[in-house]
Amino acid sequence: VEGQATVIGGGRSLLERSPLGRLPDQILKFGLAGVAAGVLILLAAFLVVLISESSSAFSHIGVFHFLFRNNWETSQLQQGAACATGNGCTFGAWPMLVGTIVTSAIALVIGVPVAVATALYLTELCPRRLRGPLAILVDLLAAVPSVVYGLWGFIVLAPNLRGFQQWLADTFSFLPFWAGQVAGPSYFLAGLVLAIMILPIVSAISREVIATVPSENKEAALALGATRWEMIRMAVIPYARPGITGGAMLGLGRAVGETIAVAYVIGGSTTLGHSIFEQGQSLAGVIALQFGEAESTPLYKSTLFAAGLILFVITLVVNFIARRYVVRAGRGKRVGGDAAPGVTEMEPEASPA
Amino acid sequence: MTALQQISARRRRTDKIMRGSLAVGTGIALVPLVLIIYYLLHKGLSSWSSNFFSTDPNLSQCFPHVPGAPPPPPCNIGGIRSAILGTVEIVGLATVIAVPLGIIVALWLTEYGATSPFANIVRYFVDVMTGVPSIVFGLFIYTVLVVSHVGGDAVGWKGAVAVALLMLPIVVRSSEVVLLLVPSSLREAALALGAPRWRVVTRVVLPTAAPGLVTGSLLAIARGAGETAPLLFTIGAAHVFTADLGQPMNSLPTQIFSDLGQNTSQFYNRAWGAALTLVAMILILNLIARAISRRSRVA
Repeated sequence: VEGQATVIGGGRSLLERSPLGRLPDQILKFGLAGVAAGVLILLAAFLVVLISESSSAFSHIGVFHFLFRNNWETSQLQQGAACATGNGCTFGAWPMLVGTIVTSAIALVIGVPVAVATALYLTELCPRRLRGPLAILVDLLAAVPSVVYGLWGFIVLAPNLRGFQQWLADTFSFLPFWAGQVAGPSYFLAGLVLAIMILPIVSAISREVIATVPSENKEAALALGATRWEMIRMAVIPYARPGITGGAMLGLGRAVGETIAVAYVIGGSTTLGHSIFEQGQSLAGVIALQFGEAESTPLYKSTLFAAGLILFVITLVVNFIARRYVVRAGRGKRVGGDAAPGVTEMEPEASPA
Repeated sequence: MTALQQISARRRRTDKIMRGSLAVGTGIALVPLVLIIYYLLHKGLSSWSSNFFSTDPNLSQCFPHVPGAPPPPPCNIGGIRSAILGTVEIVGLATVIAVPLGIIVALWLTEYGATSPFANIVRYFVDVMTGVPSIVFGLFIYTVLVVSHVGGDAVGWKGAVAVALLMLPIVVRSSEVVLLLVPSSLREAALALGAPRWRVVTRVVLPTAAPGLVTGSLLAIARGAGETAPLLFTIGAAHVFTADLGQPMNSLPTQIFSDLGQNTSQFYNRAWGAALTLVAMILILNLIARAISRRSRVA
């Protein structure tokens, strides 16, 4: 009975749109899907290009040698084409790999405690009126482009912190990789600048995660007689820990890939330093600073692409782990079955790398 | 009836110390910001002048500076006019590429893909793209566009494509968050009135989410504007004044980068002035974004 009266020519229901009328919908649907698929194609192309460009470096030098040989020698380059065939120049990227790891580690050690303290203070202790403005100020750190951090670190920090670095080096000289003559730009200085640069993202994610701690938990702790700090230690931090860990990992991903600022404050020396107060180089930095001279030498250029590939893989792994943590932390506040992007999106404003 | 037991002095002391150190930590976090702003204003403002904005960086008179030789007489190194124009054009083109594409991907994710496996894969790869170091984007564009000599060597628009790649994931993620906030009752109401899907998307979803989309895009633009690494090998780093994106161009970040490589205070001063200009541009974009997001109903 139901369809009878409404069927018009072609057996189509009155409520059904004509094939022509459905066309824009189909176009929209497949058009949008096509563009979305384009993102996948783009990334695939990305990986293919990186691998094919760096393959000659890996086949000439060997992955193991490239990664772990502590010798990066390109001074032969000026004397002609010897470098192109793999003689005369050695490409062991170990000093750069260590530079990237050491500076990122220093950045985490300095940056994460400060970022978490900021997040805890802003969400739990700070007077309500100050909360917004202070959060904006911390986020503003992310709006400073990395080349400006480089400029500031190189011209202001490096000379002015030299004395401080020397004092640190002398005072705690019993630690490994610590003592020695202090250079202005150093692993330590690069780590310090990186710490400042990852502070906003780690702090913003920690803030979001801490804000999801149920107030019942906090009130229960307070009602049982806990002081504010005990409440933070026993109710807030355990609940927020996975999210904070994820935020720190995202910060680590940033630090590993950071290029311009590090290139200036790490010193640019491709020999491995003996202490964290000596000059060094990072994977990203060596690409930025040596690409110009490598451009005309195929093998040399290929090694820089290989450095890029390694960097890409490291950030991929770090971000992968980070997202798992952050998603797990954000799951609690998801609504329905929506794969709503969790706290991962709460990145602070514009943060040029 | 027993009185509540006093909190012991030790616990009270720990509480005070820890609360104090959290506050101190927040203070420490603000120190670099204050210092950077101070130095930017202090050193940058002094190099700002009308000449600074109306002349191009001049290299021919001041080079080559031979190391070891007596320092050359001071010469006019010029201003940053071509760098400002270059940044505006490159970021403008990058915006034209990345913002529509990003919003389209986000639209597909929210309106069609939803929780399908393919949508989750796209989401995952967009996340991966967010984490790619910007220098690697530069390498990619260098290989794909510069080495292949499509329309010249390293020219302005290729840098714009590199910056667009960097902005794309940011636009997608921020747009998706905003689009998800559009109440589904609005969509359902429109569909129930017989509107086809494309009308729902273009007349209901997009207008409702527009302020949020603009905010997200502005933040992505602000991020793209400050990027140096993707431009290093892709725009040709010329110093001449040109509005033609098909020519080698200059930009503020690469200008600062190269000035920092010249070990003289004259160049450092120009770098500070250019840095202040760049930060001012980015801050203005941020402020506009904040103002818009405060007014919008969604997000």
